[in-house]
Amino acid sequence: MTSDASGRLPEAFLTPGGSSFMDFLAGHAPDLLPGRRSLGQGDLSSEVPHGTTIVAATFPGGVIMAGDRRATMGNIIAQRDIEKVFPADEYSAVAFAGSAGFGIEMVRLFQVELEHYEKLEGATLSLDGKANRLSALIRGNLPMAMQGLTVVPLFAGYDPDIKGGRIFSYDPTGGRYEETHFYSVGSGSLFARGALKKLYREDLSETDCATVAIQSLIDAADDDSATGGPDMLRRIFPVIGVVTVDGYRRLPEDEVAALVDAAWAQRHERPDGPAAASLT
Amino acid sequence: MSVPFYVSPEQLMRDRADFARKGIAKGRSAIALQYADGILFVAENRSPALHKVAEIYDRMAFAAVGRYNEFENLRIAGVRLADMRGYSYDRRDVTGRALANAYAQTLGAIFSSGGEKPLEVEILVAEIGAGVADDQIYRLTYDGSIADVRGYAVMGGAADTVAEYIGEHYTEGISLSGALRLAVDALGHDGTEVRELTSDQLEVAVLDRTRTQVRKFKRISEESLAGILSESSPAVDEKTDADVGDSSDSDSGESSAGDTPVAPPADDAPIAPPEDPDDDRPL
Repeated sequence: MTSDASGRLPEAFLTPGGSSFMDFLAGHAPDLLPGRRSLGQGDLSSEVPHGTTIVAATFPGGVIMAGDRRATMGNIIAQRDIEKVFPADEYSAVAFAGSAGFGIEMVRLFQVELEHYEKLEGATLSLDGKANRLSALIRGNLPMAMQGLTVVPLFAGYDPDIKGGRIFSYDPTGGRYEETHFYSVGSGSLFARGALKKLYREDLSETDCATVAIQSLIDAADDDSATGGPDMLRRIFPVIGVVTVDGYRRLPEDEVAALVDAAWAQRHERPDGPAAASLT
Repeated sequence: MSVPFYVSPEQLMRDRADFARKGIAKGRSAIALQYADGILFVAENRSPALHKVAEIYDRMAFAAVGRYNEFENLRIAGVRLADMRGYSYDRRDVTGRALANAYAQTLGAIFSSGGEKPLEVEILVAEIGAGVADDQIYRLTYDGSIADVRGYAVMGGAADTVAEYIGEHYTEGISLSGALRLAVDALGHDGTEVRELTSDQLEVAVLDRTRTQVRKFKRISEESLAGILSESSPAVDEKTDADVGDSSDSDSGESSAGDTPVAPPADDAPIAPPEDPDDDRPL
């Protein structure tokens, strides 16, 4: 597959070209691109696992991205501990809601795309450049979105030009929209966004921002059956990624557990979560 | 009417080899050196943009000398091969051996085909493992021959002279600063006169197995290079216990034979090896 009969590097590898791994695959091995496969007929949306809610929020000097751990298949819980938040490269994070199989494949391809560019060019893409590559990737997936296998990613990263975090959302046609402060995608996103709206402040610390993300995921799980809340029995908690000037870091399990336990204890007092500080 | 000359296959291959060798020797040397925590690459390279050393994949790097456009093309092919394998199988399935093989076949095929000019390049594919014993360095020459190297490898320029210097002073399990000092000294010992190489004339990178990231390749910037070099300068060498057994043996031994070197000011340019009148190294 990767070399011809003599073992020599195939001509395509030695042909000068662009720095995009996706473009290279399109020319040399198009069947490896997720959007190039021909699918059968019909709506597959209830036959394959779907990931659900992702939230992202910025804080001074960085951005946080968190995802619940549930994947559903129609009314069935397909997986309890799926991971939907990933580092895209050292300074950005990507998460997906929607068809889990294609979502994970898309994330992998996106990671290779960014790394490939970095190695060939000896420089990293700008944050907007990365966001645009993700657009192109989603656009290639449009035929599958038409059959119910939609993948909606959320992309966030640290932008050295503004010394802070930025968030980008997408639609299934590849449309790219920059969001201010916070955003959420997936089936529970409406509820999560409502919670974010009430809890978010621009001057949150990293830890407080993580708490806000956890609270909004708990609210999403409260009202959306497809979103998994913190699993207190199995101790399965949201995946939280933080991107700052020091790069991508996944919050350690015990740190997340402490934040979740605190939020959970609070909900014993008030099941709807923290109330807004004032009405005016 | 001209009669084509008969050229024996031996002569033909010899001519092609001479052609490639001459091109490679014209350049400056590059060194790969195993140290305790990985593999160090040091190349004499005055261009900050045109690299001789580059990342291929998580645990693999590439170093080359010779014609830039030719080895750059090979590097890109290597990155494509590695990324494609990693994407279609798994990151752990990308191995230096497979890449070295593909390079060897490619170089060999080009060298022995009548239609193509032999590539004037020599390349190294290095891969770090869990420990020093698992590290791999493959050295590939213009004709596709491949050698599995232990310890260190030198190519380009006056490679034999530089390799000889390293051979005299290299010890296994050398520290990073010791290895760097040794490599820089060795690059300066490539001719009749010992040269002082400064950090802006060097390209330095490591495959560092202690890095927490999946990708172990890291370039060492000019500033931190200058810092490391001034720390491990022969003048203060005896005090740094990290360097025991490597440069302190070699360099301070030499320096004590000659005049006592004057300690340089802290902000001085990186230190050249001490000049030794008794140095009877073949020139």
